[in-house]
Amino acid sequence: MIYLQLFITYFKVGLFGFGGGYPMLSLIQHEVVDQHGWITQQEFTDIVAISQMTPGPIGINSATYIGYTVTNNIFGSAIASIAVCLPSFIIVLAIARIFTTFRSNKYVDDVFRGLRPATVGLIAAAALLLMNPENFIDYKSIIIFGASFILTLFYRVHPILMIILAGISGLLLY
Amino acid sequence: MKQYWEIFITFAKIGAFTIGGGYAMIPLIEKEVVDRKKWISKTDFVDMIAISQSAPGILAVNISILAGYRLKKNRGSLVASFGATFPSFLMILLIAVFFRQFEHIEWVQKMFKAIRPAVVALIAVPVFTTAKSVGINFKTAVIPIGAALLIWLWGISPVYIIIAAATGGLIYGRLKRRF
Repeated sequence: MIYLQLFITYFKVGLFGFGGGYPMLSLIQHEVVDQHGWITQQEFTDIVAISQMTPGPIGINSATYIGYTVTNNIFGSAIASIAVCLPSFIIVLAIARIFTTFRSNKYVDDVFRGLRPATVGLIAAAALLLMNPENFIDYKSIIIFGASFILTLFYRVHPILMIILAGISGLLLY
Repeated sequence: MKQYWEIFITFAKIGAFTIGGGYAMIPLIEKEVVDRKKWISKTDFVDMIAISQSAPGILAVNISILAGYRLKKNRGSLVASFGATFPSFLMILLIAVFFRQFEHIEWVQKMFKAIRPAVVALIAVPVFTTAKSVGINFKTAVIPIGAALLIWLWGISPVYIIIAAATGGLIYGRLKRRF
């Protein structure tokens, strides 16, 4: 019943994925790598890299890729991709109908005041889990990490350019 | 029928040309749907972004569901979100089919050895930029640090962290109003 598992997993990711792509990564990682062991941390990192370089949101990209890897057919890709969008349909359309009362509701405000700092923690957890021996194989990895971190944070180098630069440095260093 | 096709094509174009996901998509959707097609007014579009951000799920999907709904109700939302996701679905599917043949080539392996730590850096950077934008200070830093440690060291599911954070926000707001 791999299809049902895929569906439930990605439905959960869609339902609890707040705050955009990066916080969602930690959810996907927990479900797909830790809980089900469908892919390794290393493969997960590769999917994030591919996802950054191709169009579309990481939520869809990872669903499509993992759906295929797990089942070896397009059907798995489709099920995971639909499942991750399904909660949005139900919730977004419901909110749209009651929007004016929803936005000014103090309880909704309270919930988001709690969620915002937690999403920072979710992103941090995703980064920490990827700082492992699979991704950091030697001292060169640490140098590449440090350089990429500084270039993106302080010099605002575009993520795609960053991945291309890293790829080229890989050809030269290894 | 013609209008459904137009909705599909418009959102497929948006989906095919936004690299990097959600927030990169907003200006493109605005240009197509607000400026060029004039399907939605500027103020309505701002409201749509607000709803999309307050709902769970993928931001780009949420926006296309709302825009499609505005145009053609339920069917419109299906067509728009299908359009927005279809190009990346196709592309990733192709990569999934062929990447496993590529990944054993020596120079591809060399590149990915260096790309992996760079990707970790790309995920580490928004930790700091998001912390700044949501106004984390020394007092509130305990929440993200606690959440990260629970997930990282004890393997707690992020689902529980999200439920706990939402509940915590509700309780805190209630207490603050009472005292």
